Formats: sequence, structure tokens, C-alpha cells
Amino acid sequence: MDSVKDNELWRRGNREGSALFRKWFDDLDAAADAGEVGAYVFVMGSLTEILNTFDLPIIFPEITSLNTAIRHDAADLLNEAEDHGYSPDICGYVKADYAVQNRGGQHPMGKLPKPGLALLTNACNTYLKWGEIWERMFETPLFTIDVPGTRQKGTQTWPGDEQFEREKRYVRVQIDELINTCEEITGEKFDMDKLRETLTYSNRMSAAWKQILQFNKASPAVFNALTDGTAYLGVNNIMRGTKEGAEYFERLLEEKKWMHDNGIGIVEEEKHRLAFIGVPCYPIFREFNNLFSDWGGVFVTSTYLWFASGGNNLGFQYDLDNPLDSLAEVTLIHVRDAMDSMFHPEQIIFDNMDDYGIEGVVYHPIKSCRTSSTGLADNRRALMEATDLPSLFIESDMMDKRVVSIAPMKNRIDAFFEGIEMRKAARLQGALQ
Amino acid sequence: MIYTAGVDVGSTQTKAVIIDENLEIVGRALNDTGANVIVAAETAFTTALKDSGLEADAIKYVIGTGYGRYKVTFGDDQVTEISCHGRGAVHMFPKTRTVIDMGGQDTKAIAVTDTGEIRDFCMNDKCAAGTGRFLGAASAALDISLDNLGPTALKATRPVRISTTCTVFAETEILSWLGKGKKIEDILMGVHQSISARSIGLLRRVGIEDEVSFTGGVARNLGMVHVLNKNMGIKMNVSEESHYMGALGGALFAMDRAKTAEEVTA
Repeated sequence: MDSVKDNELWRRGNREGSALFRKWFDDLDAAADAGEVGAYVFVMGSLTEILNTFDLPIIFPEITSLNTAIRHDAADLLNEAEDHGYSPDICGYVKADYAVQNRGGQHPMGKLPKPGLALLTNACNTYLKWGEIWERMFETPLFTIDVPGTRQKGTQTWPGDEQFEREKRYVRVQIDELINTCEEITGEKFDMDKLRETLTYSNRMSAAWKQILQFNKASPAVFNALTDGTAYLGVNNIMRGTKEGAEYFERLLEEKKWMHDNGIGIVEEEKHRLAFIGVPCYPIFREFNNLFSDWGGVFVTSTYLWFASGGNNLGFQYDLDNPLDSLAEVTLIHVRDAMDSMFHPEQIIFDNMDDYGIEGVVYHPIKSCRTSSTGLADNRRALMEATDLPSLFIESDMMDKRVVSIAPMKNRIDAFFEGIEMRKAARLQGALQ
Repeated sequence: MIYTAGVDVGSTQTKAVIIDENLEIVGRALNDTGANVIVAAETAFTTALKDSGLEADAIKYVIGTGYGRYKVTFGDDQVTEISCHGRGAVHMFPKTRTVIDMGGQDTKAIAVTDTGEIRDFCMNDKCAAGTGRFLGAASAALDISLDNLGPTALKATRPVRISTTCTVFAETEILSWLGKGKKIEDILMGVHQSISARSIGLLRRVGIEDEVSFTGGVARNLGMVHVLNKNMGIKMNVSEESHYMGALGGALFAMDRAKTAEEVTA
């Protein structure tokens, strides 16, 4: 393993991802200092491909907020928002961002440009309320893209279906309106060639990301879906449709292919292959994972990598001959898939448990995100009725350390693994008899 | 003869059990955990040794369990109290499929298989409502010993409704009922009903499957047993050893490992 760790490829994606994040924050800081405003967008339907063509600084407030939790800076921000009347029960991302904006955009990683445009989708109800806060604080223009979701589980329509084509037209009209809005705000004309260029980069990112996800079907896993995967996911969003993003993911693919081809796992001893459902526990991001890795548990897949990857998990390729229609089509599928991944995660587990060799499922509902957490208890019940996969239901938060109690959490996690190991031992004994 | 031990270091009390290879309890001990968890574990183990008449080197394997399990410094390994209560309950009552363990700071609902394997579990989250601590608050507010809470509650004729879900605020609510002239037994029954409602909620999350065994320190409270039985419409298994069930489960796991070690070295 030492010689592996000496190889330049070992964890190169993590190092390069950190550097890209640093650069992203530095660029935002410089833009804020120059008095520029930014476009605020969200991971479930960011349409950065359009915004890139107008050279707008792009801010993902979900990512800037979660970054404060990872850095252990969130508590002060949450307290500040609560001092201003925000309830302890609402989204921690919103409260951290509110406090940052209230401090003139001063984020621990640098200054953020003011929101000059907010682009929202209906994938999360909080997006709309969040945008209204900026509207009140800065008179920020809001642009909401309404993306039709799946009417009922299992009834998705696809290109060529009458319903799908109708919905695609509905999204396309809204993209045209977005272009007009961007032209008004920036005073620049929309450039179709620039759009083709950014779509090309997105295509390269999407193709690479899909293959990277597939590599974890093999044992040993080439990345931890909870820790490494979340870092890759961040780059997936902030560098979407950029040259740096395309190069990053192609280099990451090279790293993962090297690991896969040489049987190199992300951990030395992979004892239990797990799936993660929900949003990570950012206030104790590494420590949370260690509670599982101490038992030899590795998260080989996560619904987070699906619903928060801006659809790149699907590997769709934009049609460069028909960019706007293609963008509408992919936006429709991406946002719909993101919502389906949040609301019906058990389907992903059913579809992938054999391919990924999943031995246990960890559900992590979080206090301050009801959108992604409300249905998880029922979901777990459905999983338990349909399979005999061991599962753990463990609640904390993605931002608020006050509701993260490590001792009871460890107790539950230890009991989960004891159950898995007892079950394995019983099966082994049964097989021997 | 092989002897093994389980030491259950809970939030309020520490229990130790020693068993022989026939899985019979030969020694037990219980003391307050207090501030020094290491000393509490040692005290319980030493007292259990005295109770059994054995010397420490006669004990082949020791499992630490409970929140302080990593502080059982003389132990050989640790197992969570979730697994231990499940194992102990199935040992005492082999038809057990559901366990409710009510301790000082948490309440656990545990679904088990016939071999004592944990099928599912659920616990109170981030708050001590519905646990022994809730009874402790009532005991302090009403100046009644813990042992007398249950018998007093059973005398109730018109129980009040305790609506708060917070243990700290419950004390305030109890005082407000006293201020309104309510009888102590009626207030206490309200407290028991409140804990019962929360505990049954946990049980429903793992599924209430007969037989149900009640373990943990609060299982000694007759009022709690009565209220849970009545509200669920069943008769739970309650052993005289309920308080020691986690330690017993630990001793049983320890016996498995001691025997495996013997087989390996034989």
C-alpha cells in the first residue's frame, strides 16, 4: 500500500479538487472586491451552461453554506440568523447564507459577490423561499424554472413520448426567457457558440462521471461515496460546463481506472459495502465516516451523488447541433431525476444492490431538510419489506452541530455492524453445517 | 468450568453479571455510575466476584457494554447494549421477538430473531423524554423515592395529562398540576402515561411482535409495567433480572468467545 500511496495518481482528484475549490472562492472574492454581482444557483438544476455564456460569477449557496459546516464555522452563522428570528427548524444552509449576506458577503473562505440574479428550480421548496430572502435584502431578480416532475412513481416519460415533448417545450420556453433576463442584466448578447463550447465541457464531465460511478461496482471500491464522492460532487457543480471541470473529471477518471485496473481500493481492508441515503453530516464530516470505516465499512454508492450531481450521473450528452432544445431536454430529465432520487431512493437501491454488492444501507435523515428527509422512514420500511438488507436509520443534521450527538450515534452504528457481523457469522455457520 | 462476565456501564447505574458455562448467573452486582466510570466498572465487577465466590482470574472473558463500555479497562471486548439487551432477553424468554429497554437516559425498542440476532432497533433521539430520567424529574419534583413512584401511580383515579415532551419542562408542568390541587398519584400516573406513549411509539417503529420483554432499570417500576401492558393490550415478560439484562447479554457474548477460544486452542 505504501508504494501505491507514493504514486502521483493516488488521491490526485482530492488534491486537485481542493485546489479548484480554493480557486473558486478566490475568484469569487476578487469579483466581489471588483463590485461585481453574481448569479446564485442551486445544485438541482443550475443551468450554469447558460450563465457561463454571460461570464457571470456563479455562486452555489448550498455549497458555500456546507463549506462553513465542514470548516466548523457554521455555529456562529446559525446563531446569528436565529438571533434575527430564523427558526432552529428551518434549513441550515439558508441560515448560514443569510448570516454571510448579512455580513456583507464575508464568508470564511473569502468574500462572496452579492446576488445579482437568483436562478431557482422547483426541485426543492426551500429554493423559492431562499430566493425571496435575497429579493428582500438586495432586490435581487428571481428567475424560477418550473420543471415538471414525475406524476407518480414509475411513470416517467422519455424523448419521443407526447407528454415528454410537451414538457420539454415548456422548459425550453423558460430557458429562452432566462436568456432574455441574462441579456437585460448583463447588457450582453447571448452567444450560441459560447453555449456550444460550455456544453462540450459538460458532455466531457458527464461522460467521465458516469464511468467513475460505475467503477465502484467492483470490489474493492475505488472511492468512498460519502467522503471522496462528496468532494467530487462539489467540483461537478462549481465547475460545470468549464474547461477546468472537463479536465478535472477526465484526470479523475484516469486515477480511478488506474485503481480499478490494479485492484487498488480506497481502504486497505474492505469488510462491508454500504449505500448511503440522504445528505452528509457536514459538522463532523470525517468523524462521521470514521464511525463506519472503523468497522471496515465503505460507502460504495450514495443517493447524494445522484440527486446533487446536476444530473451528470446519467451521462447524457448534449446535442451540439440543437443546443437549446437539448438543454431543455436534459434539464427536464436531470431535475426530474434529482427529485426522484430524493423521493424514491429505495428504487435506486433495488436497482443497484446486486451490481454494487451492497451489504447494508444507511439512511441519514437530517433535521433541517424536510424535503430530502420526510419520506425516508417509509422508504426504509419499503426496503425492509422487499429485501433482507440490514439498514440503519440515524438522524442528525447537515449544518447544525447542536443536534449531532456523537456518543448515541456511535452506539447505533456499532449495533448496526454487530448485527451485520452476527448475521454473517450465522450464515457462515449455517453453510458449514 | 468456564466463567465469563458482562459489565454494563449505564448512564446512572453500572451492573455486572457473572455466568458459568451452563449459562446460569452465579454472581451479580449493581452500583451507581457516578463521575468515575472506570471505578464504577471495577466496583461492579469486584462486587459480582464476591457474590459468586470466584477470583478474578477464574473469569475467562469479560465484555463491556453500555455507554461506558470503553471504560471497562479490564474487559476483553465491547458490545453495544442494544445487542446485549436483545441477547439477554432472548436467553431469559426464548420466545421474545421485541424488547423494550428503558434505562436512565434512553429507551430502546429492539426487534430480535429467535437466535437473539438484532433485526432492527430504534431509540429516543437527542432528548431524555420517555426514559428513566423523566421519572427522576418527577421523583425530584414530588419528593417521592424512585421505588415508590410506581406503587403511588397505581393508586390514581383521575390521571392528569402531561403534554410536554421535554424532561426539564415536565418538572414545571408537574409543579403547575400541584398548584392546581391535583393529587400526587394522579400526576404520577400522567407521567407514566406520557412515558408509555413515547415508548410505544418507538416500539411501533420496529414493529410490536409478541412476545415483548421489558428490560432495564425502569422494568422494576410496577406502575410502568402496568401502564405499558394496558396500553399495548399485552402482558410483557418481566424478569427479576431485568435490570441486569444488558450485563447478562454481555456475559453470554463473552461465553461464546471464551468457548470459541477454547475450541481453537484445543
